[in-house]
Amino acid sequence: MSNTTQLLRFITAGSVDDGKSTLIGRLLHDSKSIFEDQLSAITKTSERRGGMGAVDLSLLTDGLQAEREQGITIDVAYRYFATPKRKFIIGDTPGHEQYTRNMVTAASTANLAIILIDARKGVLTQTRRHTFLASLVGVPHIVLAVNKMDMVDYSEETFNAICAEYRAFAAQLGLHEITFIPLSALNGDMVVERGENLNWYQGSPLLELLENVVIDHDLNTTDFRYPVQWVCRPQTQEYHDFRGYMGRIESGEIAAGDEITILPSGRTTKVKEIVTYDGNLQRAYAPQSVTLTLADEIDISRGDMFVKSATMPQASKEFEAMLCWLSESPLDLSRKYIIKHTTRVVKCVFARLEYRVDVNTLEQHNSATLNMNDIARVAMKVQQPLVFDSYIKNRFTGSFIVIDEATNNTVAAGMII
Amino acid sequence: MSNQPFTHLDVLESESIHIMREVAAECKNPALLFSGGKDSIVMLRLAEKAFRPARFPFPLVHIDTEHNFPEVIACRDKLAADLGERLIVRSLDGSIKKGTIVLKNADQGRNAFQSVTLLETIAEFGFDACIGGARRDEEKARAKERIFSFRDEFGQWDPKNQRPELWDTYNTRVHAGENIRVFPISNWTEMDIWEYIAREKLYIPDIYYAHEREVIRRDNGILPVSHLVQPKSGETVEKLTVRFRTVGDMTCTCPVESHARNAQEIIEETAITRITERGATRMDDQTSEASMELRKKEGYF
Repeated sequence: MSNTTQLLRFITAGSVDDGKSTLIGRLLHDSKSIFEDQLSAITKTSERRGGMGAVDLSLLTDGLQAEREQGITIDVAYRYFATPKRKFIIGDTPGHEQYTRNMVTAASTANLAIILIDARKGVLTQTRRHTFLASLVGVPHIVLAVNKMDMVDYSEETFNAICAEYRAFAAQLGLHEITFIPLSALNGDMVVERGENLNWYQGSPLLELLENVVIDHDLNTTDFRYPVQWVCRPQTQEYHDFRGYMGRIESGEIAAGDEITILPSGRTTKVKEIVTYDGNLQRAYAPQSVTLTLADEIDISRGDMFVKSATMPQASKEFEAMLCWLSESPLDLSRKYIIKHTTRVVKCVFARLEYRVDVNTLEQHNSATLNMNDIARVAMKVQQPLVFDSYIKNRFTGSFIVIDEATNNTVAAGMII
Repeated sequence: MSNQPFTHLDVLESESIHIMREVAAECKNPALLFSGGKDSIVMLRLAEKAFRPARFPFPLVHIDTEHNFPEVIACRDKLAADLGERLIVRSLDGSIKKGTIVLKNADQGRNAFQSVTLLETIAEFGFDACIGGARRDEEKARAKERIFSFRDEFGQWDPKNQRPELWDTYNTRVHAGENIRVFPISNWTEMDIWEYIAREKLYIPDIYYAHEREVIRRDNGILPVSHLVQPKSGETVEKLTVRFRTVGDMTCTCPVESHARNAQEIIEETAITRITERGATRMDDQTSEASMELRKKEGYF
């Protein structure tokens, strides 16, 4: 099993009112990841806007001119910081009306989601929405950060009551591994330092948790999945007969000599060599990018998938999926769209809309179409068979995007059931 | 168990290789933008890892401002020759002769004008994808840009109307005349670049390492003296030990004072620096809060 623990991708879900920007600012500031020129630039802007002496840390993440002018956040921004233990990538998503689309986008690559709650307000509709979206996209680790503990006298009782209510709700979604942290982003309690005010809390401060959470098991280590990206045929004197299949191991592992099945054809052969620029390997693991040569000459092209016959994926022209509609133009059920799934691109139609989920109440509704930010269960038909796993089993082979051929826009994200 | 631990650099490297192979497989006529700077040298190594033992499935393209440091141009030519890959160079002077770039004065900074020559080069060769070495940690407009960043037929970036980018499933589709800019090292930081240069023992222009240089102090920065930058009256030439954190247009790229003579010493310095890479070295990014965003909207990298 590979050890990828040095890089953690996480998102923060919550509105400005929950102190989200303050929390990110606090993490960056206390881990010394804000630079002097950045600080002086946002200090200047804060003053020009007539701020009352306080530096507005949200200006750090608002990168676009329109955002700074209007004081809003438009899109997902990625921020980077590091401690001696780990490197971090924060997917910072704005709140408000486009929230679903942005959060789903940022969550799709995240190992962990921090869901922020205002201790005075407890579990709100938006808390449920954020949690539902995190579970939908299968974010492996959830941290419930109960912020503004300073506003409730650092009360353990208040914290426990919020945790109990949240735990009951999360159980309905099948989420059980949740870490609860009381904190005050404003004062810095339990963010990077423990502080003096929350001594009743036995767990780690937030940063320590982020540094130590075990994410090795997030990858599917049992099912070898290798979508062929590119066929390498150098056709040089030295490599006259070389034919390598380039790709990234999306899950599982492979060794030279292992038997593999090529899908969708179903032909079997053995891996001859695992070739890399740094020399051949005996064994390789997800998420390594490698080149495989095979024992037999078989007609293989981009879009085919190598697997081991002991753990076969499904191959079908029909499947059901949870879909998040991302486009401003609604779904047109009479049209054909394009699906990109792993390295395969195929035409598709929407056979049925099973139901739409109200992200605030989790209630299911009938629906004739889908609009931006809608989440729905759909039945799809594709022109050629796809080789897939359920999303719960495998994030890489269970996900796809839908593209509108007329505009080439990405209009939906799908997770196969 | 794996033979060796899989580090964050391995994760980033594999992600970048995956991105480059997606471009090769799905785009009809891609190009790799290569300047001879450190980020684009990292890109070359990633391309080797992605495509060897075959040749690169794209040419290298440099948009030359003619304001580059000679050491960088020498390194550009050496690396392209060593790899045996095709290098296409198009100069801003070509656009100036044609009249598509009009300068106010001959010595003014040329970074902003690169867009014009880049778009002309894209049109000349019909490139539908340009792979570049920009990183999201460089600048706040870049922090919001997709890895596959769509540009319309005028080469413009529309930050408010970007395609959502989920998982590692990239939408590479364009109509005729449009193109995509692809940034395989989006998720790398300045520190990651230096750690990779050290790990891979990459050859980079020696002006990245500490050396003695004649400089003048101007507009809160230090500028290297060259045929393009001469002291004005009242300015004095000093000799300082400096290195460059970025290598761009000589008229607006500032070195930093440093004694770091190799990649390891630069890593140690980078770990404790309190100023961002562009903040320390690029005068043209400081003219307004949105300098980079405005340039990108006009077709910049």
